[in-house]
Amino acid sequence: MSDRLIGIIIALMALAFFASATQLEAPFFSDPVGPKLFPYFISIIAFLASFRMIIMPDEKPTWPVLSTFASLGIAIIVLVFYAYSLRPLGFLVPTALCASILSYQIRPKYITSLITGISLSIGLFIIFKFLLGLGLFAFPRWIWG
Amino acid sequence: MDLGLIMELFANLSLGFSIALTTTTLMLAVIGCILGTMIGALPGLGPTNGVAILIPISFTLGLDATQALVLMTSVYYGAMYGGRISSILLNIPGDEPAVMTTLDGYPMAKNGRAGDALVLSGFASFVGAFLATIGLMLLAPMLAQVAFMFGPAEYFALYLLAFCTLGGLGSNNQAKAAISVCLGLGIAMIGVDSSTGMTRFTGGNLHLFDGIDFLVAIVGLFAITEIFVFIESHGKETAIGVKLEKISIPIKEIVYTRWTVLRGSCIGFVAGLLPGAGASIGSFLAYMSEKAIVKDNSSFGKGDPRGVAAPEAGNNAAAGGALIPMLTLGIPGSGTTAVLLALLMTLNITPGPLLFTERPEVVWGLIATLLIANVMLLILNVPLVKFFTKILQVPASILLPGVTMISFVGIYSLTGSHFDLLLMIGFGVLGYFLRKFSIPSVPVILGILLGGHMEVSLRRAMVLSDGDWTYLLSSPISIGLWVAAILGFVAPIFLKSILKKPTPNQ
Repeated sequence: MSDRLIGIIIALMALAFFASATQLEAPFFSDPVGPKLFPYFISIIAFLASFRMIIMPDEKPTWPVLSTFASLGIAIIVLVFYAYSLRPLGFLVPTALCASILSYQIRPKYITSLITGISLSIGLFIIFKFLLGLGLFAFPRWIWG
Repeated sequence: MDLGLIMELFANLSLGFSIALTTTTLMLAVIGCILGTMIGALPGLGPTNGVAILIPISFTLGLDATQALVLMTSVYYGAMYGGRISSILLNIPGDEPAVMTTLDGYPMAKNGRAGDALVLSGFASFVGAFLATIGLMLLAPMLAQVAFMFGPAEYFALYLLAFCTLGGLGSNNQAKAAISVCLGLGIAMIGVDSSTGMTRFTGGNLHLFDGIDFLVAIVGLFAITEIFVFIESHGKETAIGVKLEKISIPIKEIVYTRWTVLRGSCIGFVAGLLPGAGASIGSFLAYMSEKAIVKDNSSFGKGDPRGVAAPEAGNNAAAGGALIPMLTLGIPGSGTTAVLLALLMTLNITPGPLLFTERPEVVWGLIATLLIANVMLLILNVPLVKFFTKILQVPASILLPGVTMISFVGIYSLTGSHFDLLLMIGFGVLGYFLRKFSIPSVPVILGILLGGHMEVSLRRAMVLSDGDWTYLLSSPISIGLWVAAILGFVAPIFLKSILKKPTPNQ
């Protein structure tokens, strides 16, 4: 059933891609093929392949339980937070925080995860800053101008 | 081969060694070999994602093209060696090509012969990689000559062949492989169309006008996906490890498996040459054919030394072979060579026949380094193998967060954009779902990398022929490539029962 659902989603995506390609405007002096044809081919092949998935689905993949999905969601939020915090908050604090949470999610032990996070943060900072010479800031720049 | 060609070969080789034997290059090769063996040995990090996370970092080091290539190919060769260590000791393949090594390597280790298995497989790896590098040296310049005859129609057919064989051989479900290719090609269409200068599929988002950086996609799909997979499984790959007692050199076994190693190397090399096949297929075919050829195969799967030597020779030979289509035609033969191609493209080096005439120092420096790196790897992997077995004890709860942080810093220092980091997370999520639905992710990468070139070659062919479609099939070379492409995609459907992979022992 999972395969069928994803097949339908892919078929819809292929249709959307096709529709979006029809909206492209070819300039007056275009080559014989133009900018539309190759995207057309791609969407047609994807559409046909999605049909095979809908008609002959594979076995259902083993989906994790709901709580695992929740922790995957948390992991995504943590990573997005990390992406945004790297510049304003400096390297050390966000890295220690994110690495600790991710480590805890793989192996749920508070103290070990915290130690892992902090040592990864400091260790990687030393490698990046002093061995590889990247322009990282340890702490927010408003602390040290 | 006449005398002139041999003289030319030696002239090229001495050029290569003059580059490879500088202190910096040698140092980079040593670092690459050590890092590569570690990356290969660690379960959860393979050659593809290992090389992927190191690429952004190698840029920030400010290495020139040859040096960056030397570092990355040493990592690549090293990872092929390292993959066997956890296969043999933990029954967990360190990377995909090493899956076949678990079949006989782990039983051999359980019988108390872990050291012998490691040395034997290290030696087989050396022979396989050495022969493949010699093959690369001899064959690549010849193929580069042939490639001069390729026009846009031939290149279009060649790209098609790469996608078809990769889809046909790499997946059990051709439809899923096709979807994966289309996904990659579709992503490649985003951004400015090089022929007309107009933007396509950007949705008006300024960040997307330059298209999606393939390094962002690669690191997302290969490194970030891994953290999600490990969070789901809680890293519970705690197989009972086998103790490594002492290391001696099993000369008797090395002599006993000499023909096995040679056969495995040849098969692996040919598998590596095929666009889209790569090292996993190389080790698989080497093992299966060895099992079919030998008279008494009853001990296969129970710790037969031939079952350890064949796949290791095969996968290392395939790794060398896969460099040939990548360097001469710009068509990668595997996931990792696709990542190496991404490296070349970012360095502004266009692989292809012109590379051999215009940048001989890059090609021959690389070949000379591979020869040197291979000797280093033999030293690292036979007498010093004990050091690398220690690395297996690094738990996933430290390794994976570390890999994730390195990926973020690498991509951020390369592009300096938050948008790319978000895109990378997006690709990580995509990779997780692709894996759940067993849709292969390597074709996505290949599609992103080659999509633009494939479209351009089609459009150029049509400009040349003034819109006549029969031009695509107008030369014997392109007809041959089209036939091979269709066969490569369709044949595995019928050969499924023969090519069925044996299940690893529990």
